[in-house]
Amino acid sequence: MAIFDQAIRRLSLSLSRRRSSLSFSTLSSNPLRVCVVGAGPAGFYTAEKMLKAHQGAEVDIIDRLPTPFGLVRSGVAPDHPETKIVMNQFSKAAQHERCSFFGNVTLGSSVSLSELRELYHVVVLAYGAESDRALGIPGEYLSGIHSAREFVWWYNGHPDGKNLSPDLKSTDTAVILGQGNVALDVARILLQSTSVLATTDIASHALEALEQSSIRKVYLVGRRGPAQAACTAKELREILGIKDLYIHINEVDLHKSPEDEEVLKNNRIHRRVYELLSKAATSAPSHPSSNQHELHFVFFRKPDRFLDSGEGSGRVAGVHFEKTILKAVGPGKQIAVGTGSYEDLDCGLVLKSIGYKSVSVDGLPFDHEKGVVPNIKGRVLVETSGDPTQLEKGLYVCGWLKRGPTGIIATNLYCAEETVASISEDVHQGEIAPASTLPKPGRQGLLQLLDNRDVRAVPFSAWEKIDSEERRLGNLRSKPREKLTTYENLLKVATE
Amino acid sequence: MSRSRLFSRIGAGIVKELSRGQCTAFYRTSFMQRPYSACWQPQVELHPETKGHHGTISQKHRQFSSTATGSDSAGGSDLNEMISVAFVDKDGEETDIKVPIGMSMLEAAHENDIELEGACEGSLACSTCHVIVTDMEYYNKLEDPTDEENDMLDLAFGLTETSRLGCQVIAKPELNGMRVALPAATRNFAVDGYVPKPH
Repeated sequence: MAIFDQAIRRLSLSLSRRRSSLSFSTLSSNPLRVCVVGAGPAGFYTAEKMLKAHQGAEVDIIDRLPTPFGLVRSGVAPDHPETKIVMNQFSKAAQHERCSFFGNVTLGSSVSLSELRELYHVVVLAYGAESDRALGIPGEYLSGIHSAREFVWWYNGHPDGKNLSPDLKSTDTAVILGQGNVALDVARILLQSTSVLATTDIASHALEALEQSSIRKVYLVGRRGPAQAACTAKELREILGIKDLYIHINEVDLHKSPEDEEVLKNNRIHRRVYELLSKAATSAPSHPSSNQHELHFVFFRKPDRFLDSGEGSGRVAGVHFEKTILKAVGPGKQIAVGTGSYEDLDCGLVLKSIGYKSVSVDGLPFDHEKGVVPNIKGRVLVETSGDPTQLEKGLYVCGWLKRGPTGIIATNLYCAEETVASISEDVHQGEIAPASTLPKPGRQGLLQLLDNRDVRAVPFSAWEKIDSEERRLGNLRSKPREKLTTYENLLKVATE
Repeated sequence: MSRSRLFSRIGAGIVKELSRGQCTAFYRTSFMQRPYSACWQPQVELHPETKGHHGTISQKHRQFSSTATGSDSAGGSDLNEMISVAFVDKDGEETDIKVPIGMSMLEAAHENDIELEGACEGSLACSTCHVIVTDMEYYNKLEDPTDEENDMLDLAFGLTETSRLGCQVIAKPELNGMRVALPAATRNFAVDGYVPKPH
């Protein structure tokens, strides 16, 4: 590893030298120095918009992984290559002469937040949500229960997901809690033919496990009804269209209350999702054929506790659900409340897809209840009190850390627009010390600090090596890409 | 230095020549099969997994591609094969451009430096090239959106009755004089955007 260390260091230093020699001719000598933490969609859209809005600004994007693109790489399902095309646009931003990417740099351990704020005029935190909401019910930590996030990381070859090794061989039934797009993604991966998945960039450890999987029945369980389902039509249409898949939806669940009618009238997404579900319910055959894979949409069920297999194995054997009804709590808003009547579902695998959660770092104001950084239009507030006059100067947020873990890739585009508009306003109004009177060390300072700490930053050119190696390996298996799934291999290829 | 980095550093005119030269030298086959703007996007070549989709898209525009590859996009083409389209940007500024028959509004916008996003590069996997046809009469001249386009429009910000994806609006003679607007800058993503309900 020492050789990698040296090589990476040489690489980053030579890169920084090359950049700095370039800066004499084309860049201002005291530019506005900006650091974006997190190289996912929120980070890249922020960088792109900063480069455009501030002609002199120098933007560095750091990420804890050696690879860029965040959830575009490790969240978007492998059978959605079109959604990943946005990597092209992000790559162009990373290759911009005033922009740099440094992977393998972790906020909080490689460099602290206060150090970053010393080094840069502007720090934008866009590191997303790398933890999970918990249900807080008994049995939640039995084996065989995973968060959907971990499962997604596992099949997408995230280096922290490789060791999940979910047991797909001891059961024929999986229960997925939640009915959003992530829930639909994991259900589709479990039910899709592996010959289809084999042509994607799915991690090979996941493909092998899925090839041997005994799971043929998946339950997608939601607390509320078909008019409230959180998925979108595209994902739903896709899973309903899986070849030779038996779909089951209880027709009684499709009954619409006047409140539901109102929701469907006013919300195009819910309306189209409801229509798809309703069509699927009425057109499905009444029984599956033998050995057919099955997908069951289960509505109006709230998990109450997880059932132990009872042999002291600590393994999950099922979920105890409470039936729910909807209660109106405001215009257009209905919540699920328990009825006191219960039902069990036997299963050997549970994937909780009930939402991601952001984690805080030292020195960062954080609203633990909402799981976001308190902010006004991206400006970080000193405390969670919401007092808009108390701002953390030069500190901003974007993406899930700013608004919570919802929305699609494009949501970050508008989110970044808002944060960058706040930064621009603050620069113009002198809220951020002008770069000309208070020069900051920026990139040079960061690289020096990382070098002193033996942190091996992976520049974009090294990611390009990883990229081409993954394509080469993929080519050997007729896949678009074979992801490198360990830090060791990623760093090895980066330094070759 | 990678090809793409070169692109960002050299003037557009030179890039065009360069890219054309490189494309014909190294990627002749794929170049010929794709809309010419694809040659502008060097990254496409670096991402073979996207090829399938470009393949399908180019199939649709084959007629256009095959006539256009020989000529320069700005001049050269017969005026009869171009229509006028006005783009209204998010600040209300209007730009008139000429669009060759068969070209999508997304490609046309990019050819003319109009700031229309196109995250998935026209493969119907995002909603970022959302445009609003300002005149119902022109909107009605378009073929109805497919289910797949509607699925993406579901997620578009500031959706209107005459919203379409720019990548799916293909120039044809009847559309001469059409005006399309980019959704307003003051959009509030928290209100208009898709926000999944809590579980």
